[in-house]
Amino acid sequence: MTGKPIPVANPDTAVFWDACNEKRFLIQSCKSCGENQFYPRAICKNCQSNDLEWQEVSGRGTVKTFTVVRHAPSPAFKADLPYVLALINLDEGVSTMMNVIECDVEDVHIGMDIELTFELRGEQYIPQAKPISKG
Amino acid sequence: MRKAIITGAYDTDVGELPGSSCMALHTEAAIGAIADAGLTKSDIDGVLCAYSFTEPHLMLSSVFCEYMGLQPKFNAAIEVGGATACVMVMQAAALVESGQCRNVLVVTGDNRLTGMAKGGAVATLAKVGHGQFEHPYGMSVPSAYALVATHYMNEFGVTSEQLASISVTAREHAILNSKAHRQTPITIEDVLNSRVISSPLHVLDCCLISDGGAAIVVSAAETGDDRPKVSVEIMGTGQGHTHEHIMAAPSLSDFGCKQAAQTAFQRAGVTANDIDVAEIYDSFTITLLVELESIGFFERGEAGPACLDGALKIGGRLPCNTHGGLMSYGHSGAAGGMFHVVEAVRQLRHEADGRQVEDSQLAFVHGDGGILSAHCSLVLGRV
Ligand SMILES: [Zn+2]
Repeated sequence: MTGKPIPVANPDTAVFWDACNEKRFLIQSCKSCGENQFYPRAICKNCQSNDLEWQEVSGRGTVKTFTVVRHAPSPAFKADLPYVLALINLDEGVSTMMNVIECDVEDVHIGMDIELTFELRGEQYIPQAKPISKG
Repeated sequence: MRKAIITGAYDTDVGELPGSSCMALHTEAAIGAIADAGLTKSDIDGVLCAYSFTEPHLMLSSVFCEYMGLQPKFNAAIEVGGATACVMVMQAAALVESGQCRNVLVVTGDNRLTGMAKGGAVATLAKVGHGQFEHPYGMSVPSAYALVATHYMNEFGVTSEQLASISVTAREHAILNSKAHRQTPITIEDVLNSRVISSPLHVLDCCLISDGGAAIVVSAAETGDDRPKVSVEIMGTGQGHTHEHIMAAPSLSDFGCKQAAQTAFQRAGVTANDIDVAEIYDSFTITLLVELESIGFFERGEAGPACLDGALKIGGRLPCNTHGGLMSYGHSGAAGGMFHVVEAVRQLRHEADGRQVEDSQLAFVHGDGGILSAHCSLVLGRV
């Protein structure tokens, strides 16, 4: 049985995935127009400049929308059921997809504050979201 | 400019078709559509194909032409997910209007139900997700649409009952159509009690997986005046594209359908209010609801209550998916979108036995690919 998908970096994304292995989440900031973007690209999608700078995010965000998955897309995810798939707005103004983990699936709601965490998948850490820990 | 008209339309049996193949479904649909147009194979000078899960190929349209023995002057395959059928019709119209072709065969088909291992079609569909940034999180197509549904329900007060009524209406129409894949009556309670795939979507909020094929012929209006059937004019077409991956969608309330429909209405010189019958992509109940409101058939938050009230039924304010749609008639890949086109032609010809919308003159057809990513609208009129 094949396991859960492990991201395979390409020249656009290698810096991002290497940083994840140091538990840092990087976005690209355009030095020409100031836009932040995620996922990583060779150019700024707003102004087409290639003068992009990597920027580490604060690690905070909110749940934009979510779903509780109860039917696995492949056998590898069956053991995780039910799990939360969510779109996350990071405070830096970019949107990502993650699972919301380390909480009851019934507690997840739109607007919920989250912080980033990292899950080891094979030899690659992947970013995930979890409720902000108290205290 | 020359006018483009649909002269032939045909769809094969749909459902579980053991022994069918992708290319056999293509050719059956093609032969049917060419005959329906009163043409012969040698009249076809343009061919457009889509894609296949069971016989994927870099050059599917060339494979099809070779299989059927066609040597057209124009030949191409188009892949825009669920928008493909409408995009192909738009492209065929452009080929005819520009004078490059006189009769374009637009053909689709796949045996994705019996021709793949169980779960194969769902796994292949999930590939619309991003390999690095979506797949690792266990996203399926239903769960991606569920993300839209959660947002839309929260924002505009849509209820699960309202979504369920879309599924029930599709089934009621399918029961009137002897060819439909699913004909067992269902109630709103049945939908709500069916297994949750990805909240808030139940299995009965999702479309079917079927075998089947469908084709049309698009011709220059001035060719031949001895056509066997009533012709259908392609009055207006339009597209809208905002993203591919749902994580990159600029909005979860408005999608490319808004632009696509506006362009098509404008080119046709009509408004949403003029439409007699609508055949709109319904991969999930939420898909149809969002599209009905984003296109402007209903105000925001009103499509759900209207559907509960019967507005989408034959005889209602906007008869919609009169054949049963992807939810109950069948979904065979690109042919799923083509079933909507074929049904619009039947409605405009007044040959939709048992489910005819009275005196329909104007039809709207819409396809959406990806996760509400790629959109194409058609306005069709009875000539
Ligand atoms: Zn820029």
